[in-house]
Amino acid sequence: MHLFPQTPHFAIMAWLFAGLVLLLTLASGVGYALNRRHGAQRSAVVDNLNARIRAWWWMVGILGLAFAFGQDVTLALFAVASFFSLREFISLTPTRPGDHAALVAAFYVMLPAQYLLIASHWYGLFVILIPVYGFLLLPLLSAIGKDTQSFLERAAKIQWAVMITVYCLSYAPALLMLKIPSDPGGDALLLFFLIFVVQVSDVLQYVFGKMFGKTLIAPTLSPSKTVEGFIGGALSATVLGTCLWWATPFRPWQAGLIAGIIVVMGFCGGLVLSAVKRSLGAKDWGSMIEGHGGALDRLDSVVFSAPVFFHLVRFFWT
Amino acid sequence: MTEQTGVESMDRGTVNANPLTAAALMIIVKTLLAALPEFAARADGGLPDFGNAPRIFIANHTSHVDTLTLWACLPAYLRAQTRPVAALDYWGATRLRRHIALRGLRAVLIDRSGHTPKTHVLKPAQDALRAGSSLILFPEGTRGSNDRLGPFKAGLYHLAQQMPNVSIIPVYLSNTRRSLPKGGWLPVPLICTARFGKPFTLKPGEDKERFLARARDTVTALGSRD
Repeated sequence: MHLFPQTPHFAIMAWLFAGLVLLLTLASGVGYALNRRHGAQRSAVVDNLNARIRAWWWMVGILGLAFAFGQDVTLALFAVASFFSLREFISLTPTRPGDHAALVAAFYVMLPAQYLLIASHWYGLFVILIPVYGFLLLPLLSAIGKDTQSFLERAAKIQWAVMITVYCLSYAPALLMLKIPSDPGGDALLLFFLIFVVQVSDVLQYVFGKMFGKTLIAPTLSPSKTVEGFIGGALSATVLGTCLWWATPFRPWQAGLIAGIIVVMGFCGGLVLSAVKRSLGAKDWGSMIEGHGGALDRLDSVVFSAPVFFHLVRFFWT
Repeated sequence: MTEQTGVESMDRGTVNANPLTAAALMIIVKTLLAALPEFAARADGGLPDFGNAPRIFIANHTSHVDTLTLWACLPAYLRAQTRPVAALDYWGATRLRRHIALRGLRAVLIDRSGHTPKTHVLKPAQDALRAGSSLILFPEGTRGSNDRLGPFKAGLYHLAQQMPNVSIIPVYLSNTRRSLPKGGWLPVPLICTARFGKPFTLKPGEDKERFLARARDTVTALGSRD
């Protein structure tokens, strides 16, 4: 692994990040202008918008650094993201002292093992470690705790937490172990494509929702998801994804179709995790990322789209 | 390493913290336990300026990570002048724990073993207060095994009686027991919070039972306010 390798893929990545910096500079400019216009009567929406833009600078900066350093650092970054997401999930989940061993295993065994399997490109075990072995081991550890009160609920919740925050999220950096014959070395760009489409879709749904949103899609699940926001955001994110076809092994129509699938899956992730959050009695998963909420509030759409994107690419392009 | 060395080191009075140990502890505690402070009396949860006078933070005790969590929840200016009152039998038991307690937390180690006469157990804590430090104290004296607070020990009353000007700040710690319950040896990473209540003092003429019950009720109330 060389730092800043002089490959065509690396040059493309550098240009893409330069584009992101340009977009964020624009966004910061707009945020600044809105703040000046509103002046004295400070608006909560504008404050939140500016907090989100500031957080985006950090997230793009950290992601850019990870990409520059290559596979191992990128994997470590996603492992940390899994760690904080799992911490947020378990913090809101009512577990009992009898679950202690299962939780220790989830954090200190399952999570590192999943990412080490990706680092060693062991696909066969990577796909079954948590859904099969974790599924059997974690409730066993809870059972050794000898507490039967709501046992099935507790076991199910812990498995769900690990599946979402470790297993599903790890599919994003797992793209780095795919070898695409038509585009060797382009794996990091696939990861960029996924993250870009998912996050741009979230941002644009938020923007369209704030500007034109009237009809709530699922008022019981989320007070901010609107039909107008979804349609506007999903269509424009799909178009932007299509425009990135040249950086991927896809043809333009394929890039568009896949971007559309990513966007729809991301929306489903937001919806399902919103329902989970509400069933646990919370509004946000945490308060780590200023303006956004917790790490899992930012990653809820990634966890649903990453596995589908991974298997689509693996099935049709490798 | 015997209990004797622990007693000597606490008799030396002020212990200097090792800034590296303290910084490393802070990073570990924040990473594993988040240690988020909030103030019950304010809508935004932000902590008020508690000032510089010595005070006693009292909290519910269910886990070995309680001391670290509350310590890490304090704003930096308070943390620098606050010393946790910690049990010698746990925090003095291994070289690592002793290093964390004395050089990281500047803990006041007290001997619960019965070798020290009952009236003298809290003497080091009293000395620390007199020397201008604030204290973190778990008035239940030991870890409870459920979320209900146990009865408060008389030590808090005696400290308040000897130093009536020292205000007492109630704190409720959440999630620490889930992170490291009794019998566990590795803390599970969880977001633990410390909810701070309004300071109070011993009222003139208030007797021991009434004062201890009132102190316990304020901590309990912080926990049930959600």
